[in-house]
Amino acid sequence: MSRDNYEVIIGLEVHAELSTKTKIFCSCPTKFGASPNTQVCPICMAMPGTLPVLNEKVVEYAVKAGLATNCEIEKNSKNDRKNYFYPDLPKSYQISQFDKPLCKNGYVEINVNNTKKKIGITRIHIEEDAGKLNHDDFSGGSLVDLNRAGVPLIEIVSEPDLRSSEEAEIYLKKLKSILEYIEVSDCKMQEGSFRADVNVSVRKKGDSKLGTRTETKNMNSFRSIVREIEYEIDRQIEVIERGEKVEQETLRWDDVSGKTFPMRDKENADDYRYFPEPDLVAIKLSDEYIENVRKTLPELPESRKERYLTQYNLSEKDANIITSSKYLSDLFENAIKVCNNPKAVNNWIISDISRILNEKEMEASEIPFNAEQLGNLVILIDKGTISSSIGKKVLEELFENPKDPEEIIKEKGWIQISDENEIKEIALKILEANPQSIADYKAGKDRALGFLVGQAMKQTKGKANPKMLNEIFLEELKK
Amino acid sequence: MEITELTVHELQEKLKNKEIKVTDITKAYIDKINEKEKDVQAFVTLLTDEALKEAEEIQTKIDNGENLGDYAGIPIGIKDNICTKGVKTTCSSKMLENFVSPYDATVMEKLNKENLIDLGKLNMDEFAMGGSTEHSYFKITKNPRNLNKVPGGSSGGSAAAVAANMVPWALGSDTGGSIRQPASFCGVVGLKPTYGLVSRYGLVAFASSLDQIGPITKDVEDAAILLNLIAGHDKKDTTSADIEKKDYTKCLKKDIKGIKIGVPKEFFGEGINEEVKNTLYKAIEKYKEMGAEVEEFSLDIAKYSLAAYYIIACAEASSNLGRFDGIRYTYRTKEFKNLKELYRKSRSEGFGPEVKRRIILGTYVLSSGYYDAYYKKAQKVRTLVMNEFNNAFKKYDVILTPTSPTVAFDIGSKTSDPLEMYLSDICTVSVNIAGLPAISIPCGQDKENMPIGMQLIGNRFCEETILNVAYKFEQDLKFRENYKSE
Repeated sequence: MSRDNYEVIIGLEVHAELSTKTKIFCSCPTKFGASPNTQVCPICMAMPGTLPVLNEKVVEYAVKAGLATNCEIEKNSKNDRKNYFYPDLPKSYQISQFDKPLCKNGYVEINVNNTKKKIGITRIHIEEDAGKLNHDDFSGGSLVDLNRAGVPLIEIVSEPDLRSSEEAEIYLKKLKSILEYIEVSDCKMQEGSFRADVNVSVRKKGDSKLGTRTETKNMNSFRSIVREIEYEIDRQIEVIERGEKVEQETLRWDDVSGKTFPMRDKENADDYRYFPEPDLVAIKLSDEYIENVRKTLPELPESRKERYLTQYNLSEKDANIITSSKYLSDLFENAIKVCNNPKAVNNWIISDISRILNEKEMEASEIPFNAEQLGNLVILIDKGTISSSIGKKVLEELFENPKDPEEIIKEKGWIQISDENEIKEIALKILEANPQSIADYKAGKDRALGFLVGQAMKQTKGKANPKMLNEIFLEELKK
Repeated sequence: MEITELTVHELQEKLKNKEIKVTDITKAYIDKINEKEKDVQAFVTLLTDEALKEAEEIQTKIDNGENLGDYAGIPIGIKDNICTKGVKTTCSSKMLENFVSPYDATVMEKLNKENLIDLGKLNMDEFAMGGSTEHSYFKITKNPRNLNKVPGGSSGGSAAAVAANMVPWALGSDTGGSIRQPASFCGVVGLKPTYGLVSRYGLVAFASSLDQIGPITKDVEDAAILLNLIAGHDKKDTTSADIEKKDYTKCLKKDIKGIKIGVPKEFFGEGINEEVKNTLYKAIEKYKEMGAEVEEFSLDIAKYSLAAYYIIACAEASSNLGRFDGIRYTYRTKEFKNLKELYRKSRSEGFGPEVKRRIILGTYVLSSGYYDAYYKKAQKVRTLVMNEFNNAFKKYDVILTPTSPTVAFDIGSKTSDPLEMYLSDICTVSVNIAGLPAISIPCGQDKENMPIGMQLIGNRFCEETILNVAYKFEQDLKFRENYKSE
């Protein structure tokens, strides 16, 4: 079996929860994490006789997403019902859009190995999220939580333009950052507010006909998506090489075993019996409306990146990392406004902040401190109030218990010792305790100086001004 | 005259002149219910105790000089598919036998604000599907004129309760004739407003694009008054029309000389009972005497309305009734092995045969591969029907037809033949398909003293015109005085 003989075709359907304050068809709040069934009303619980009223913000956000991904906006759109039975779907139909989505025929440009590639967007439509089933340990049954029922979603369907798991990952990251920039979704993957259905098929190179695809539902981490795609490619090629046919089916990804499994019953009906939603009037948008939404579009990541290269002299790599997330990018720009030191802020974000985010498995949007606090940290180091090694400790503290860095160093007693007499006193004590080092230094071993400074830093828990220590030791050793 | 024989506008006059008290009215109706309900069987839920308490409170407030509105203390009956907070709303179905709505329908909020008193919830065909009220899970309502006959349906409980003087007026709902046909069968007035005039919020949906709530009353003036109380734009129903509020009583007495009445010949053809036809012809002559210009014309497309209606209504119903799934507030089967069986058994046991028939039909016409042939085609017919009515209203102010091809039929005579039952909607469904307003008023009765109804159809939002034309006829015929059942 050789992968080289096959072409991989991937298409993605991304579901992003819109960050409107209220649900799509009623005025219940959309906040994540509330106690079960506390953010519900007769409408989103589908009590008999209730009717939906379309939240206009949802239309606005979807149009914004469409414009940011170069889509045509449908001026005569409508809602449709998608009918299927499942306990988390209280109406037994999902109000979605079928043949007249709000946005269509767009694209997102991605950068693969320094080559630009356009990934087509087939359509973006609005729909409502379903509730959630929670397993009940007492009864062994399932309990329905309808807090999420009616939370607005956009579904972004890509063309089958992706050719590898790498491209899929780059595309998803790009899409996520666009949605964050235009502030229509917070794209928190762990909370499920940015998730993807992954369609994969393979065909022998040169074949014009597409292979049979499988669809894996509800993937919510980049890592699993990449693993899933890789697994599916291998599996499908293996099936074909065995002389069998790939089944068109809906799959579930199991992260533990690293395999896909066919989904049973669940939310899949063979026929959703779509028809126009009679409880809602058609969505009619004027050119003026669309233009007004266009005017609210902020600067998008591509253009920010270009600006960082020239305005702040960032490297291409750093600019890419920072602009990949609106939160990082905003943090960067706003911290610079405070401390006026782009290089230092860049370094903090690229090295320590990124490292901590990785360690803590946090997303940039979850950074607990603000740009002003980061800017002030840079200022404290620039002024020499603290050393950069203390700075790192302050940053750790900012992640734990965010407050102004000045307050942190006061509380912790981390202010740098820059009093000449005090430093001299420390240096003399260290020299007294390490005669061997003096001898070494005098014998020409320069390293001994470093050792002495290290000892002094250790004793002062990093608070001594290292530059001054250096100077004083040199002075004393030369005596 | 007995209190319960008076119309609401007559009651209101007496209340205003302090000839009677609010409590007198409620008591009189409770006495009448105690006398008649065992025969007529119009109610699913009686609220007589609550009503009496409410009447006493309202009377005390009135005695203290509070102004509670013109119709404060007037009782009313509510069809059991309109949600009433804290009171069961069953849709006459086993499925919702124990459902207590946590909220009030918009029409109920409006009536509560006017301090009307709810006497109870009225029987109907299950989920408003049927034309005889025989498809209720709880009981078969009888026609007060002749207890062996059906009261019509689906708002049979509402029409029978008004006809039996158990309530002064009632709310019904009309998807394909469910207000007008029972009004016709029971000899009372039934008005189906223009689609969008009355909020549907809180009306348990049968077919969303066709349903409307409307009044069933003793006379045309009461219908106008009740329409005043329930009409109006509602932010909770985006299909409700944002139009200026009107006083529908103002137009009633206008002279109808020169008014143009169109009579579509297709509504007087085959299948229409001879006595019904002849009574309608007499009504037409009466209109001519009053100076109306009457003209026969052809409303050709109307014959396709019935087929289109049953496709659209069933399609929407199959989706609307999906929420009754055994998971939350509905009936749930006692034993089940898995989710599929929970659904299947709960729905098989909870729905009656007529509802199941329509869900299956609706599911079928929406299925992929059949959608274009049925649902889409039905929508095209719908557009054509609308166009044809639009053209007719360029020439006529009102279209006059029978309300039903027959008078009330015997209980049990049509239940075995659903198609026969569907045909009795032939005169009414095109009005829903086109979203028009129409009123049914009594225009005579047959040899067996069963009432015959006349339907007057108006252009969109022209309720004033049909109320005016109906009122003039009613004043002349004096049905309530001259055509008593006994």
